[in-house]
This record gives sequence, C-alpha cells and structure tokens, in this order.
Amino acid sequence: MSILVKPNTKLLVQGITGSFGARHAQLSMDYGTQVVAGVTPGKGGQFFEHGGKRVPIFDTVAEAVKQTGAAASAIFVPAAFAADAILEGADAGLEVVVCITEGIPVRDMVRVKRALEGNTKTRLVGPNCPGIVTPGEGKDSQGGCRIGIAPGYIHKKGNIGVVSRSGTLTYEAVWQLTSRGAGQSTCVGIGGDPVNGTSHLDVIKLFNDDPETTGIIMIGEIGGGTEEEAAEWIKKNCKKPVAGFIAGATAPPGRRMGHAGAIISGGKGTAAAKIAAFKEAGIGIAVTPSEMADTLLKMM
Amino acid sequence: MNIHEYQAKQLLAKYGVSVPFEIPAKSLVEVWPAAEKIAVNGSTKVVVKSQIHAGGRGKGTFKTGFQGGVKVASSVDEAVGFAEKMLGNVLVTKQTGVEGRQVQTLLLAAGAKIKKEFYLAVLLDRANSRPLVMASTEGGMDIEEVAEKSPEKIFKEWIDPAVGIMPFQARKIAAALGLKGDLFNAGAKLVTSVYHTWWECDASMVEINPLCVVELPDGKETVMALDAKISLDDNALYRHKDIQEMRDLNEEAPLEIEASKFSLNYIKLDGSIACLVNGAGLAMATMDIIQHFGGSPANFLDVGGGASKEQVTAAFKIILQDPNVKGILVNIFGGIMDCNVIATGIVAAVKETHLKIPLVVRLEGNNVVAGKKTLAESGLSLITGDSMADAAQKVVKVVGK
Repeated sequence: MSILVKPNTKLLVQGITGSFGARHAQLSMDYGTQVVAGVTPGKGGQFFEHGGKRVPIFDTVAEAVKQTGAAASAIFVPAAFAADAILEGADAGLEVVVCITEGIPVRDMVRVKRALEGNTKTRLVGPNCPGIVTPGEGKDSQGGCRIGIAPGYIHKKGNIGVVSRSGTLTYEAVWQLTSRGAGQSTCVGIGGDPVNGTSHLDVIKLFNDDPETTGIIMIGEIGGGTEEEAAEWIKKNCKKPVAGFIAGATAPPGRRMGHAGAIISGGKGTAAAKIAAFKEAGIGIAVTPSEMADTLLKMM
Repeated sequence: MNIHEYQAKQLLAKYGVSVPFEIPAKSLVEVWPAAEKIAVNGSTKVVVKSQIHAGGRGKGTFKTGFQGGVKVASSVDEAVGFAEKMLGNVLVTKQTGVEGRQVQTLLLAAGAKIKKEFYLAVLLDRANSRPLVMASTEGGMDIEEVAEKSPEKIFKEWIDPAVGIMPFQARKIAAALGLKGDLFNAGAKLVTSVYHTWWECDASMVEINPLCVVELPDGKETVMALDAKISLDDNALYRHKDIQEMRDLNEEAPLEIEASKFSLNYIKLDGSIACLVNGAGLAMATMDIIQHFGGSPANFLDVGGGASKEQVTAAFKIILQDPNVKGILVNIFGGIMDCNVIATGIVAAVKETHLKIPLVVRLEGNNVVAGKKTLAESGLSLITGDSMADAAQKVVKVVGK
C-alpha cells in the first residue's frame, strides 16, 4: 500500500525547465514515475521531452492540476522563490508537496508553516530533502514513484518504512535493507531544515497505520527535538518494531553541521539525548550506521 | 553568520533600540579621538571593549598576560593605555578555546550608571516554528544557569508570524521585567524594536545581555541595550548586502573560508583522521563511526552533490593543510553522483598533492564497479573498504593511536 504516494501517483514538477529539475524529472520518468506536468512561469505551452514522452508545461500549478489531475509536486525552484512555490502548490489543492530546495531562509519557512496551519488537504514534505520513493515491482524497483533525487535502483518493493532527515545516509539504510532482501514500503526524506512540513512523528504515524509496513527505520541527527518527540509517541502507540540511528555524536556544539537544522544550541539537540530517548522507547539503536538494517531485522 | 557587538548595536540602533553612545576603533590612531568624544559627551567613564565573536570577554585574559577584555577607564589617557594592551593581541576567554582570538577592533563606549540588569532575546522556537521572545530579570549572568536553576525567572512570549509582535505583547514583557511608569512604556517600545530587528534582518538570534535600566546624566532613567549579540541566518544573507559586508573573515578559520570558495562544507576538528563524504548526514555518521572504532575525526567535510575533479582536488588540498591529519577516509554513496567520477577525481587529487599518508576509500552506489576499477588500475597504494564499518576500521588501524 505504501504511504503518501503510490506507484501510479500523478506528479508535477515545479521548476522542470531548470537544469536540476530537468535532470531529476528525467530520472523519475526513467524509474517509471507518472510525471504528468511541469510548471515554469512564462513557459506554459512548451513541452518537456524525454524517453519518447512529451510532458506539458504550464504557467501555474492550478492550471497544471486542472488539465492533468496531478496530485503531487516536486519542487526544484531556487531558494529565493521556493516558499512561494510551496504555497502555490497548496493553493492548487495538491495532496503532497515535496520541496527539494536547500537554502530557503528560515523566516520564509516560518511564514509558510503558519500559512499552512489548519490545511488538512496538503502535506508539505521538506524543504531541503531528498524526497519520497515508493518502490515498484520491476527490475531495480522500477515502476514505482520517485519524487526528488534519490537513486531509484537501490530500492526494492517490500515492507520496511524508512524515515530520515538525511539524503545519502538514507541511501545507506535502504541499500543495506535491499541487499538483505528486505524491501521498502515507502522511503521518506523529511530533510535537514529546522522548519519543515513533516516531522519524523508525522511519518511514523502513517507507517503505523499502513497495513503494508511491518517495520520502521528512523534516521536522525543532532539539532532540534523531532526524534525525541517521535520516541515518546512510539513508546505508547507504535505497534511495529522501530530501529534508529542518530548521526552527529561527535559533532561539536554551536557549529552547524551541513544541514541548517543540525546544530546543537543551548545544550539541546544532542545525539546523546536522542539516543537516550530511543532507548527509553524501546527503539532498537544502531550503534554504527553500518548496522541500521540489521538492527531492525533482528527485532522482526 | 556572526557579527561583532558594535555591528549588532548598529543594527539595533537602526530599528530604534536605545544603545549607549559608542564608537568602534580599529587602530590606536582611532582610539584617542574616539575616547575624547565619549569623555566630552558627558561621560565620566570610558569603557574599552574588545570585539571578538565570543563571549566571556570581561573575564578573559590576553596571551600577553593582560587581564580583562573589557575595561573601564576613568580618563582618556587610561582608555588609550588599555587599548594599547588590547589591540592586535590575542584574547582567551571561556568561549574562544585555548587558542583565543586576535582583537582587531575595540568598541569605546560611554560608561553607564547601571541600576538594573535584565536579559532579553529573540530566537526561533523549533518546537512550534514560532518566533520566541525570552526575557528575564536575571540579566548580566549566564542565562543557561538561570534556565536550569530558576526557570520561572524566564518569561516567554511567542509571536504569531502572521501578525507580528503586538504592542500588548511587548507590554506583557515589560511588566514581567517589573518596569513601571515611563520605563514601562520605554521598555515595551524597546522590546518591539528588538523583535523588528530580528525579523527584518533575518536573524537566527538577537541576544541582549544585559538590557539595562540606566541613569542618565540629568538623573532621568531609561532602558538601554548595553551589550548585544546577533547571529544571522546564512540562508538569508543573499538579501542583506549590507549585513554581508559585516562578515569578518578574521573570525573564521582560514581552511573553512578556503573550502567555501569551492562549495565544500568543511569544519575543522581536532583529530587525525580526515573525512571526505557526500551528504551532511553521512558525513556526520562517518565522523561518528571513526570515533566508534577508536579514531578521532580531523574534520567534517561534505562535498555535496557535485564533487567534480576540481572540487575533490581542492578538498584534498584543504584536508592536507591540517598538520594533525595522519590518514584520510573517503566515504561516498553515489546516488546520482557517479562513483567513477569520484574515483577519477581521487586519483587526480592523490597525484597532484603527492599524497604520502594512508588513504582508505569506500565507494558504493551508482557505477561503483567502474569506480572501483579506476582505483584498482590507478597504481596508487590506497586501501579499499567494503562497508562503512570496514572502511572506518581500516583507517583507524592504519593510522594507529
């Protein structure tokens, strides 16, 4: 069943004509994703061509949705314009908006999050995230839905849900699972920003309710309290085994470690606190990133 | 991005926050006229404040032995004397680490008659993504200690970003600080202005400690920001050219500045095993796993999604400028990045830098077979790791304790 997106979910790409957006639209199409529209203001009426397919481009998301029935969006718009792109997606009534863009000012996201308050129709994932993959049944998991920048071939259709703040560290976990024959229901990258649309807990609740998901891997990092929040809920409510890994145990406080949200400040957001919360909640703890899959599979 | 106290006060003043009469000086030549202006302005004292991007200046010590990074002078002569002992010298405080920071700018301020000291800060509350204004009557001290020992003394007011700070909220904060009469309204106005500074400048944090009730020469009292610390959201600097110009490269590690020129995200640490990784999460995890196996990471280095031959070579050169580095671990999970592109970059970098120290490479992902072949056929003596754990163990072993 998967969560958020299914293999046949209709996807539109905001920023499809930019080089970043174009590249990943192509890769998603190669994977078998149903890319039905692109949106670039001023380029409406043109087409995005790849692999024998012609994807229509529209000036607005509203028009794209009206003409194609797209239900989800991948945003590859530059940071200065991405907040606007997110709200345009929500305004058009999309079910899922996945913002890949990194570097959006925090103030912009504070306003976006406030504007989306109470909106039960649109779910924002990200920004600064690798996206979502629901693997397909074909070779190298083709035929699935790939939103964002993750390599499709590392996935395999199966029953493990993966939720993470990181990109390449997620691919590690996914590849470990696939190599052991354990496929994934859906992999969700929530991204590395301090203000984002979807938390670890939001995704874990969805996995908990998804009949196809039988186990969960949660990958976190220093900064903020999203992992602790999830752990507290998991302890009381989660019906499925959860294993996790926290990156950044060796990171010095006060320094931003790549991700805008990966900073220990005021003593809060340490790896130790998160690992303690995991332990308290009965979440299997992968001591090294090489053991993420094994830690979960042992629990199942 | 951090800025100096004197720059933070300039921003605050722009938004109408009361700050003391003060003048920055970057050389001894500037100190005398600045001190004179302040003395003439009716102040009996001239405060000489070292400007570095770290706190604890008052209690700090210069490497020359001179005590105190903030001194109160009773005359222009004395102020100049203090300045001579500070400018160009390295100040060590609790927050600078043992290496300290060189003081290149001083801030000369009019001494104030302080009646009360408060704490005021604006920052983002990550728990609910709302701006948060924090105020406390316990100013001039370590706020983290206050938060721990007497949390009830910290007053919190969250701001709705759709509305901005409302005057009644600023008045709530003034009331929480115990301000009365004219000071009540002056305090509320100041809080509003501080919030506006935070919002308009795209600040991560604005911290005023101490926020003071001071007695002016005419006997009247007013509320004023005596010290200020502002850090700015890096992601928003593109829309603040004036704030970009406040960047002080002398406060940043040279290697980190060098790295940013190549779009490499590099943070120097203290250990002996350097890392080169794609992706921030994976880079942090790589540092962690090195430590897990008994080694010590020399740096955080995220090459991001690019990693062209030029970037990999630049990364190697930066890594090798750190004299503590005794070995290198390259950990790449090629998603869209092609493992063979990275492998080619590594071979070129090793040759160009005449690498002599051990190198362990772990490649996984897109086109890994071709990447491993490139490394094997390069003729270079490098060690390959199969998994992250394997690679980390190997590099720790070869570098030794």
